[in-house]
Amino acid sequence: MSFLEGFRFRGSDSLMHRLDPRVKFVYVCVIFVIAVVYTDFLVQVLLFILQFPAVYLGKVYRQWMKSMRGAVFLAVFILVSILLSQYFYYGYNLLLSDFEYALAMSMRFIVLVASFSIFFLTTSPDYLGLALEQSGVPYQFCFAFVTAVRFVPVLADEAQRIIDAQRSRGMELEKGSFLKRVRNYIPILIPLIVNAVKRSLELAESMESRAWGSSKKRSSYYTLKLRRGDYALAAISIAALSISLYVKYLVMQGLIRIPMVLPLILRT
Amino acid sequence: MIEVDNLFYRYPSGVEALRGVSLEIRRGEFLAIMGKNGAGKTTLVKHFNGLLKPTSGSVKVDGVDTRELSVAELSRKVGMVFQNPDHQLFCETVEEEISFALKNFGFDEETIEKRVEWALHLLDLERYRKSSPLVLSGGERKRVALASVLAWDPEVLILDEPTIGQDQRQKEILRQFILQLNAQGKTVVMVTHDVEFVAECNPRVVLMSDGRIIADGAAKTVLTDFKTLREASIIPPQITQLFSSIAKYGFPQDVIDLWEAKSILHDVLLGGKVR
Repeated sequence: MSFLEGFRFRGSDSLMHRLDPRVKFVYVCVIFVIAVVYTDFLVQVLLFILQFPAVYLGKVYRQWMKSMRGAVFLAVFILVSILLSQYFYYGYNLLLSDFEYALAMSMRFIVLVASFSIFFLTTSPDYLGLALEQSGVPYQFCFAFVTAVRFVPVLADEAQRIIDAQRSRGMELEKGSFLKRVRNYIPILIPLIVNAVKRSLELAESMESRAWGSSKKRSSYYTLKLRRGDYALAAISIAALSISLYVKYLVMQGLIRIPMVLPLILRT
Repeated sequence: MIEVDNLFYRYPSGVEALRGVSLEIRRGEFLAIMGKNGAGKTTLVKHFNGLLKPTSGSVKVDGVDTRELSVAELSRKVGMVFQNPDHQLFCETVEEEISFALKNFGFDEETIEKRVEWALHLLDLERYRKSSPLVLSGGERKRVALASVLAWDPEVLILDEPTIGQDQRQKEILRQFILQLNAQGKTVVMVTHDVEFVAECNPRVVLMSDGRIIADGAAKTVLTDFKTLREASIIPPQITQLFSSIAKYGFPQDVIDLWEAKSILHDVLLGGKVR
């Protein structure tokens, strides 16, 4: 569960927190696009290093490390499975470039988790909903989205309580064959789902009793406004996107090459 | 039966919930743990069946450190009934719900059948044996949860907030039931906010505040100590408050029980003087 802590917003204030959620989202999407476009280890490492200033400015180092720890674990899994599949696919033989590729893919995953983790750590779900609303998304969808995000920690908390209750009745999760282990989760999933459905009905009732949906056009207390920092980040994002796409174009034309990292390391 | 020695517990989030708790619960004792929200009551009892393991210090059940046993092994001895029955009910019928734990503990068919029957009878749930636990009322669901734990006959019974959402009649039935179990030699530990309920049960009371035990003694002593109670954000029983407000007329100050109060007032009204 501590992995999810790396995505859970806690009220706090910093330069990153004050940025407009829309611009922050554009920035994260740009990182995403660059990470997906390139398959080079070097680029992925650079992208990862680019996240450090954001973490520093957002003062979310500790929570961010939690998501990173979880990501590294999965990245190792990705690394091993790619290497294995390459190994068998290319006739029990691995080249240095295969290692480089596998490392790049794992790093890509880490970059994606890192950037989205920063986004969610520094953006309150309320502002996220507001951003959606002011981008013209119908209010019902915004509300559903915000509610879903908001109830994740509640659900995680409840799952833990249910696990405790069932373990107190002698249930052992880590016992038996694979199929048995999957079945072991039934006593946890059923109460969790039943309670979630119950809670959503209660939520609907309480919302309706507070006149939810009585007017077509809702006004909001807070409005989002772009400030200087937001324009700066937007400019950086667009510049980064254009440069990286241009470089990729040059690479594809064969005009430049991005150096491999492993041979460099091995040579020294 | 349960020995807690200088127990500290820190949650992974960094919150220090218990700071040096020492407590001994003897076999056959009836204990109520009280204190405000966040005082560490539930955290403490979760150590008794091994759901939580000490950060430092130790918890021993029957002389064995809980770190050496699994939750399942400990639960066989220490049965825990949680506050919200909806966190455990998942079977299609009440019968199956009660037999879930018995199957986990590896009882044979015949014993399971007998135990389920016994538990259904004990909690007056026989007519619901084939109903889904989800269609029952709140109080009934709580009874199913209780039955599902009592079915394996644990030596120690832990009840987390047993009176929440129960009406007066159900509370009285519950009280009789707990006292009966205790009289039969079962160790009972309950975590509760319900001062009046504790006053009527008259158990040993442990008061907690900020992860520490601030008072431990007979209900009569602890529940009439206004100063310590205030520290734990607990209001004394109404009877005690009443007797405190008429202290100047020479009334005793250690009254928590309605019957005792009645008999004292009866004597005064008939005899015209305070004993």
